[in-house]
Amino acid sequence: MAVGKEIRVKINSIKNTQKITRAMEMVAASKMRKAQGRMSASRPYAEKMQNVIGHLANAHPEYRHAYMREREVKRVGYIVISSDRGLCGGLNSNLFKTVVGSMKAFHDQGVEIDLCTIGSKAHGFFSRLGGNVVSQADHLGDAPQITDLIGAVKVMLDAFDEGRIDQLILAYNEFVNTMTQQPQVKRILPIEPSEDEELKHHWDYLYEPEAKDVLDALLIRYVESLVYQGVVENIACEQAARMVAMKAASDNAGTLIDELQLIYNKARQAAITQEISEIVSGAAAV
Amino acid sequence: MAMTMHVDIVSAEEEIFSGPAEMVFASGVMGDLGILPRHAPLLTQLKPGEVRIKKEGGEEEFYYVSGGMLEIQPHVVTVLADTALRAKDIDEAAAIEARERAEKALQDKTSEFEYARAQAELAEAMAQLQAIKKLREKGGR
Repeated sequence: MAVGKEIRVKINSIKNTQKITRAMEMVAASKMRKAQGRMSASRPYAEKMQNVIGHLANAHPEYRHAYMREREVKRVGYIVISSDRGLCGGLNSNLFKTVVGSMKAFHDQGVEIDLCTIGSKAHGFFSRLGGNVVSQADHLGDAPQITDLIGAVKVMLDAFDEGRIDQLILAYNEFVNTMTQQPQVKRILPIEPSEDEELKHHWDYLYEPEAKDVLDALLIRYVESLVYQGVVENIACEQAARMVAMKAASDNAGTLIDELQLIYNKARQAAITQEISEIVSGAAAV
Repeated sequence: MAMTMHVDIVSAEEEIFSGPAEMVFASGVMGDLGILPRHAPLLTQLKPGEVRIKKEGGEEEFYYVSGGMLEIQPHVVTVLADTALRAKDIDEAAAIEARERAEKALQDKTSEFEYARAQAELAEAMAQLQAIKKLREKGGR
């Protein structure tokens, strides 16, 4: 029957799209679980590191590291972590909005900004709008390795060492649960001393070889582990957001198909009715 | 029974070992270390090499670490293991690479970050998402 061919073609095309979005939803769900596993696997390191840093802050190091000293802020560095791909709802836009807001606050105080972008979405956004992107890393994949980040982070740490930036800020999405991802903008350098615990114990480590060398190595790893944690968490967020977005898309496709099916059925019925009435009236005329 | 201490070996990507031990052997940058419980607090860098743990009862376990940090408290020993070989020149090369990648992409950059445009663009994206949400609600789906 020739009736409603266009509608049938349309329905088929939407069905195909629905198949794709449904597949993406399931892929995202399984990737999210893996990313969550990776998140918890990397947590002990960050916690242990935090403990050691805490001890350091409480001890009396004869050498106060530059990463622990506050200084006047003339220029700040941002490390912005985003996803590499889209189709994940408002995840990246939400984060960028928070980041741009915080950047603008600095800008209004006459503070300049350097950017380090991780993930191609952040790089695309900030470089297109004329941000001063000094280092970048992207296409880290689903299982990022800390080696992929060392270079990009080192550029910012060097800038901090040489006094080109006075603060380092990390921006990423925090994984609250599958439905909620919270944009986070956190200062990571200089390290904020935990005031309540200050001077609680009066011992210091023995350092081998020298306090400076050991602290240098330790604090670099500390910052890297923070960034790594951010990246892993952001991946979990990305997959969760994509899962939700793709579920919504599949549902939408379903309702569209239902509506079109209804229109198609009505058109078919109308055609049949018309044909019958034509036959009947034709027979009556004879 | 011999005294024990708690030992953790962690890398940035996973937890490698956690449990009690009688003695830990590691190769620090200044020389090999043998750590017994009640060692003085010490912080040192590790050379790439093995970390040997003598567990309760004398059983030994070996782990290879490609460098890292070793923190000793009287009853807790923490090895923060690196997952990759670290050296100044390797790190430097990675940094140069990251900087070059950014510079290449920035050649046609405008002088000032366009806050107004950034905010307008993001507001538009947000508005689109909001509108879609509203439409869905209105449709009673």
